[in-house]
Amino acid sequence: MKTVIIKYNAGNVQSVMYALDRLGAGYIYTDDEDEIRTADKVIFPGVGEASTAMSYLREKGLDKLIPSLKQPVLGTCVGMQLMCRYSEENNTTCMGIFDVDVQRFPATPGYKVPHMGWNNIFDYTTPLTQGLPDDAYVYFVHSYAAPVCEYTVATCEYIRPFSAMLHKDNFYAAQFHCEISGHVGQQILHNFLTL
Amino acid sequence: MLTKRIIPCLDVKDGRTVKGVNFLNLRDAGDAVELAAAYAEQGADELVFLDITATVEERKTLLELVHRVAHTINIPFTVGGGISSKADVSALLHAGADKVSINSAAVRNPDLINELALEFGSQCIVVAIDTRYISLGEGMPEEHIVHTHGGRKPTELRTIPWAKEVEERGAGEILLTSMDSDGTKNGFALELTGTISANANIPIIASGGAGTMDHFREVFTTGKADAGLAASIFHFHEIDIPDLKNYLRDHHLPMRMTN
Repeated sequence: MKTVIIKYNAGNVQSVMYALDRLGAGYIYTDDEDEIRTADKVIFPGVGEASTAMSYLREKGLDKLIPSLKQPVLGTCVGMQLMCRYSEENNTTCMGIFDVDVQRFPATPGYKVPHMGWNNIFDYTTPLTQGLPDDAYVYFVHSYAAPVCEYTVATCEYIRPFSAMLHKDNFYAAQFHCEISGHVGQQILHNFLTL
Repeated sequence: MLTKRIIPCLDVKDGRTVKGVNFLNLRDAGDAVELAAAYAEQGADELVFLDITATVEERKTLLELVHRVAHTINIPFTVGGGISSKADVSALLHAGADKVSINSAAVRNPDLINELALEFGSQCIVVAIDTRYISLGEGMPEEHIVHTHGGRKPTELRTIPWAKEVEERGAGEILLTSMDSDGTKNGFALELTGTISANANIPIIASGGAGTMDHFREVFTTGKADAGLAASIFHFHEIDIPDLKNYLRDHHLPMRMTN
């Protein structure tokens, strides 16, 4: 099996590579179109800021390539947000795989933004959460989130409910960092790799 | 619900944990990787490694250690100690650290915080603040003053405005250590932690003074901390993490339960 981690200016993606190492899964880290197209699984990670990331994807043509992929694709964190239609973060038009707009958490007394740390997810309806206990805890770091929508397959709540995971056809996405979310995150990655 | 985090801190030198550790069931209690894995299994929410070495050779050992830790544990971990440049941070993140913690270098050159946040993202930049309640000179009132060099050397920075400044410069979290409380086991510096946390939009990790499970309850309620860090009480089994988490959950604090 060939797993590709898409290479772009997405900050520190080392943690994703180490997580795959821990699972004993090989991977290629590349932005090469042929390598990506011929992969069995594609992971689209992301840490950083939406508009800079989108400009880079456009420059490399990845903004067209990613939505055209047919194999299972997993976007995480900012990767997930870039798969949505639009992000309020610097007014960014994104790839539009998921027809939903990413919004900043509203300033709310008693809540810090970013939402950072371990929070529980619920209402799972995706093969990626198979084998997880109810209310599994995963690690989040983000100030923007997609609201609950028709593609939501796991929900989390911080200030208000938001999409912890999205799924449409071959596209999967997680707002949290599977790679450092303990056994839960490891299970999700394993489920994705064995889809 | 977003949980409060429990963070054991491991002092490492030459790739091994220093300060005695007293973990049964470990082949080698000094092996930082094995200890880290044990804490992760017990339900630690995150780990902090504090490198107390100085030489370049030893820094290389640290990178090897970070690499091994990253291959072993599946929870976030922060590495701190002696970090003073983008190159240091890049090397540590590359080796697999999820976050780095800077302390004296941020005091010497506050712009470093901005540069690191811009280059690597705020989420991986922790600013550690060591603070002591002292008078800066004769006739001057006692105040919370930032210290460097392991808390030995006072600066001219006042702790509360400095905490705000590091946030504005792009720090993703603050690791606040009260040197007055550190090692006392009399509890965290609740008032100062509470003031800083209420004033901050980034998480505050409280450190220094934990001696009982109730000290953690206090620092999460009165102290409004987002995370509590301790070292020896965990290393010496004075408090076990599963017991601590059960205790805090029973006191209505949101905890990530793993077992």
